[in-house]
Amino acid sequence: MISLPDRTKMAAHLSYGRVNLNILREAARKELREFLDKCAGSKAIVWDEYLTGPFGLIAQYSLLKEHEVEKMFTLKGGRLPAADVKNIIFFVRPKLELMDIIAENVISEDKMRSPRDFHILFVPRHSLLCEQRLKEQGVLGSFINIDEYILDLIPYDGDLLSMESEGAFRECYLENDQTSLYHTAKGLMTLQALYGTIPQIFGKGECARHVANMMLRMKREFAGSQTQILPVFDTLLLLDRNVDLLTPLATQLTYEGLIDEIYGITNGYVKLPPEKFAQKKQGEGGKDLPTEPKKLQLNSAEELYAEIRDKNFNAVGAALSKKAKIISAAFEERHNAKTVGEIKQFVSQLPHMQAARSSLANHTSIAELIKDITTSEAFFDNLTVEQEFMTGVDTDKVNTYIEDCIAQKDPLIKILRLVCMQSVCNNGLKQKVLDYYKREILQTYGYEHILTLNNLEKTGLLKPQTSTRNNYPTIRKTLKLWMEDANEQNPNDISYVYSGYAPLSVRLTQLLARPGWRSIEEVLKMLPGPHFEERQQLPPGLHKKRQQGENRTTLVFFLGGVTYAEIAALRFLSQMEDGGTEYIIATTKLINGTSWIKSLMDRLEALPF
Amino acid sequence: MLKMTRSKPDEEEYWHSSKFRAFTFDDDDDEFSSLKESKRAVNSIRLDDDDDEDDVEKVSWSGEPVGSISWSIKETASSAHSAGQVRDQGFPKIDTAPSLSKQGSSYSLSSFFKGRSKTGSFQSFSESFSEVPSRSFAPELRKPKSENKDYLSDWTPIETVKRMRRGKVYSLETFRSLKDKLLLLDEAVNALDGNVITAVLIYLKKSLSKEILSRELMSREIALRHYIHYLKEVGEQKLLLDLLKSLGRVEDMALLQYRDHLGIKDEGRRKEFLKNCISLPFSPDDAAHVQDHYTLLERQIIIEASDKQMETKGQSDIFKKYPRKASILNMPIITTLYYSCFYHYGEPEGTFSSPANIRQTFKIAEKQYFLTALGARAKLKAWSDVDSLFTTKNWLGYTKKRSPIGFHRVVDILQKNNAPVQVLQEYLSLVEDTDLKISLAQKHKCHDVVIDTYKDLKDRQQLIVYRGKVERGSLEDRKIEALLNNTQIRWKN
Repeated sequence: MISLPDRTKMAAHLSYGRVNLNILREAARKELREFLDKCAGSKAIVWDEYLTGPFGLIAQYSLLKEHEVEKMFTLKGGRLPAADVKNIIFFVRPKLELMDIIAENVISEDKMRSPRDFHILFVPRHSLLCEQRLKEQGVLGSFINIDEYILDLIPYDGDLLSMESEGAFRECYLENDQTSLYHTAKGLMTLQALYGTIPQIFGKGECARHVANMMLRMKREFAGSQTQILPVFDTLLLLDRNVDLLTPLATQLTYEGLIDEIYGITNGYVKLPPEKFAQKKQGEGGKDLPTEPKKLQLNSAEELYAEIRDKNFNAVGAALSKKAKIISAAFEERHNAKTVGEIKQFVSQLPHMQAARSSLANHTSIAELIKDITTSEAFFDNLTVEQEFMTGVDTDKVNTYIEDCIAQKDPLIKILRLVCMQSVCNNGLKQKVLDYYKREILQTYGYEHILTLNNLEKTGLLKPQTSTRNNYPTIRKTLKLWMEDANEQNPNDISYVYSGYAPLSVRLTQLLARPGWRSIEEVLKMLPGPHFEERQQLPPGLHKKRQQGENRTTLVFFLGGVTYAEIAALRFLSQMEDGGTEYIIATTKLINGTSWIKSLMDRLEALPF
Repeated sequence: MLKMTRSKPDEEEYWHSSKFRAFTFDDDDDEFSSLKESKRAVNSIRLDDDDDEDDVEKVSWSGEPVGSISWSIKETASSAHSAGQVRDQGFPKIDTAPSLSKQGSSYSLSSFFKGRSKTGSFQSFSESFSEVPSRSFAPELRKPKSENKDYLSDWTPIETVKRMRRGKVYSLETFRSLKDKLLLLDEAVNALDGNVITAVLIYLKKSLSKEILSRELMSREIALRHYIHYLKEVGEQKLLLDLLKSLGRVEDMALLQYRDHLGIKDEGRRKEFLKNCISLPFSPDDAAHVQDHYTLLERQIIIEASDKQMETKGQSDIFKKYPRKASILNMPIITTLYYSCFYHYGEPEGTFSSPANIRQTFKIAEKQYFLTALGARAKLKAWSDVDSLFTTKNWLGYTKKRSPIGFHRVVDILQKNNAPVQVLQEYLSLVEDTDLKISLAQKHKCHDVVIDTYKDLKDRQQLIVYRGKVERGSLEDRKIEALLNNTQIRWKN
């Protein structure tokens, strides 16, 4: 059967890493099958569209089909499409708006037809509040089954887990709602159940402290059901996003980071303008240019992408060209194949070579698209100002570039990113400067943005200077956040990911591994929130005996989001020859400066979802 | 089924043909020439036998792998109307035996934390909130009998919370006294489960007076946060505002109330709403902005009504010549100023729609005012307005050009609006930085400025070079020639 290798391929990249994250995926698949089998008979799934992305990382349609899922629809108001099935299952996030739509579906169900059984599967967690809404709508009794599907941490890659909880930062730092922290703690308990208790927990920040507390409590509660698994992780590091507000504001300069900055990566996919991917066929003169965006999947299953994603963009061209030479040479081999055996051998390698070639073509096109932007004057000017701020140049006065951008009505988010960055790098703006920016922004973009500016102030991204002392330079110098001689081609330090700026969060991680945080106590005190260390008792007999030269494994959990450039920096540390530590990364959400600021803006109108 | 389903034929062709000829290589000497190399290599690879790509994951044009969930929704939904007939998608059967290690395979994610019979949870919930505390249960599926026995007993707060978390039957009505209710709340908070905390809060909201509940919540930070979140979620604006007020969080309250204007479509009602917002307890800064917001909308409504009338009556040339593209309502103040500079320039300061009045009322910075006015007048090609905008008279009566924005930016804006060379030259010559002046003048082909600047610099060499760039026998050419022949000038080279 051909199909088996196909399935393994879908997720094989999850098991290449230091920690086999496929175990987590398999557990999630098992849970899904169990739920589907609970609803006996043929079924149709009605999807909360937001969930299809994350679910796609867990299961393909084939799995659902094997469990008698015959139809799938997108959740929308009105009457459900006709489908001759016994069960209708709603896969939804616990959101009140969605309950109203479900109620509408159920109420307008055709009474003349043979009745269908309704079920709800809440992802990632069951909600009593939503049930109450269903009850108010008078449909709660129509459901045979209301269940939850715990999908806290979704494996995105061999070393990357995300909860993809869009509002996590806003909830934690703006609305003071800790629900997502509870989910985080639960997710970490799941991980420990599968990969063993993590003996050491470090953390920095209020939310980190809170998550650690919850974990320790949950552990006590489930003390009876302790798993007898040899610990895979040696250390857990919990980091609050607000310990390092600077990094996501900076423009990421790795290949993957730039793809995300410019086009946005969602659930491992990117949509690109189709022009560069179109090809003229002979005699057709290019009349059929596709208008739909080209959608590509991006993960380490693709050999070439795994190789170049974390490089500084300035090193990508050379890598692509090297790859091209190798592929050309491989294809040339066919001329040397003389005997039947040789030809057979060549043919057997063809599929792999063709995949490599099409991958090369795709990334060459993407690199061209990005290059058009990175070589533009606007990009250069913006980057210059960012780097001035990060190195502490003129952060205490109104910046003329920002002023000009406002005058030209550049996108508001771009302005906010820069102003926030200046504020963070100056430990708050002088009242006069802050007032000036605020007035310019409100006058140019509309007074209603008072709300957004207030949100930014509450999260600390934008603030007036309270003390006369700006401690950012001390932090920068002590943590070596700016490296003059960042090597983009053959990096020797994490600062290559921002062409000079070493992400603060990753520096903290690096210093924790060696020489330890004791060496930077002073700086840690300048950053918000407590720092702490906890130890978890291991069941007897499960203490790991480290082999000589064996690396430690650390799980770094970013509460409130992580950028691709930070991930690249951690991967760089994992690969350092004398690093001694390998990192697995987890987060509430993969973010970039734009998506992050956007999550803090008050929308003009509530979206239907 | 042995073979993967193919996507549609044309897509297939795309993925199987290999001539990536749509690429262009026109950029030459940048550091990215290596990209070209890889592209050339890709293009040079041609094979006749492009058919067999079984090992490559099949992806439809939109990029989802064939068989992915989002792809399948589209596929199955499109066949939905074929009377429920199930079209065979031809998906391969896959082996679903879990490949977990022996140790891991006994788990499913939910089994770690709960031993719940899930069907019970919502029935118990509905029961605990029904108006009549009847105890009628819907038939329960697969519910262990042992669990049914104990629902009548009185549970302690700890037990109740535990049951709620496990999804078992529970009842909150047994908690009657305030003390018991608060014990229950504290226990729910202790358990950290937001879902349970919210459920308890809903019960407390129903059974306690507003005042008592907010008083008690004041000393319970976590429960309070959940309560605020809950009120936001269900849209109980009034209760939320009262709560924030009683907590002394008046600025939050003011902002929350102000936020509601976003949902008001009718501008008249929106204006009235904003008017009421002015008196809310904002921070001093925000109060000023909200006041401005109201004033702006009020004024926009007046301007809109009058201009609309002018436009329909066709009384005004400017509206005939440049019909308005959109209404000015709800636009930012700078946009409104632009509009005013476009349609109402030169009106006396006393009128609501005049630029001068708007500038003063909304304290618009000088730079912003100049940029906006310049943009609007240049768009209309009203060069004399541009001229007077920058002309100042000093007390001796001399006129002088002055600009709060760099003259290079003035040139930039004028050029974007296709200003004639004479106009451009005038402002170009005012650019202070000589290098910038020359490069801008060359870019915009203002020969006189280039030539005069080189003359002032006494740079004969550059002048000779520049002569090569102008047309033979043209005015500029002759001007340069005259200068080069002028023996009075003491060239530096």
